[in-house]
Amino acid sequence: MLMDIFLTFFKIGSFTIGGGYAMLPIIQREVVDNKKWLGEEEFLDSIAVTNSLPGPLAINCATFVGYKTAGYAGAAAAALGAVLPSFLIILVIAVFFASFRENPIVEHIFSGIRPAVVALIAYALFKLVKSMGVNPLNISFSIAVLLLILLFNFHPIVTIVICGALGLFLYRKEEKQ
Amino acid sequence: MTALLELFLVFLKIGAFSFGGGYAVLALIQKEVIENSGWISPKEFIDIVAIAEMTPGPIAVNSSTFVGYKAGAVAGSAVATLGVVLIPITISLIVSVYYNKFKHLNQVNRIIKGIRPAVLGLIAAACIKIAWASIVDIKGIIIALLTFIGVWKLKINPIIAILASGVLGVVFYGVI
Repeated sequence: MLMDIFLTFFKIGSFTIGGGYAMLPIIQREVVDNKKWLGEEEFLDSIAVTNSLPGPLAINCATFVGYKTAGYAGAAAAALGAVLPSFLIILVIAVFFASFRENPIVEHIFSGIRPAVVALIAYALFKLVKSMGVNPLNISFSIAVLLLILLFNFHPIVTIVICGALGLFLYRKEEKQ
Repeated sequence: MTALLELFLVFLKIGAFSFGGGYAVLALIQKEVIENSGWISPKEFIDIVAIAEMTPGPIAVNSSTFVGYKAGAVAGSAVATLGVVLIPITISLIVSVYYNKFKHLNQVNRIIKGIRPAVLGLIAAACIKIAWASIVDIKGIIIALLTFIGVWKLKINPIIAILASGVLGVVFYGVI
């Protein structure tokens, strides 16, 4: 059973490029449809919960599914399976990267890729803004964080803690009204 | 040994605050790894993000493994990867165990409601810093605009977009 959990998440981790939401349909197919470890609703619940926790969604989700399926050992097997493929692949790339990075053609390739990475991040941001549902309160949180980091060199963690505390305080008032 | 411990602790901290998955972690790595520790340069960091986009697995794990390797070879990559996932896995486990209690915790929901827009600010800051280091001329602006339009309007797969931009890089910087 544990081996099955490990291998299932190892497989999921090996073939899901792009991480995060790209992984969810694949996890669902394996875990809900094929292995029947979790019901559809339980799986969707697990996404709703783990999505709001720190850490990569796929790994949090793996931990949750692993625990529901086989307790603590299941959680460990699933998390290890989900992390291991990307760790091994990047390790191999990292070992060889230094030697081919000096090559002038590789440098040209990366000179082209770097601006594209900016565009991909900007596009992810654009989609997140649309999905959040912008209102004056939440967008002022976003802009304040941006300015605090860029202009006042705030540590990102400090801005997360401030916004979490503000959320706890401000949204309580909103509920009372 | 102390270097490995430092690496572990830095990534433990990054992992503990990596809300919003994926790109938000870039702002944390920028602060902790590039500005505070100097283990990698801004350019190397962008190259790592590009490679992370094209390989399986979460960006947080991919970039931690890579930075860990640069800072402390194979042991460094293992320590950094373990560090970044340890707290998220622990918290996920606690939540799985006490799931039914967490489900209705209003305080947690309100904190999350405050953090969500903060994550957008973090990603915007990371994006601007990366743009500053990686778009150095008009050719770069053209590649960035083409990529954005490609993934937005034409729904091009990001991996294809990265490969195409690499070809453009060779043409723009090598041939022209």
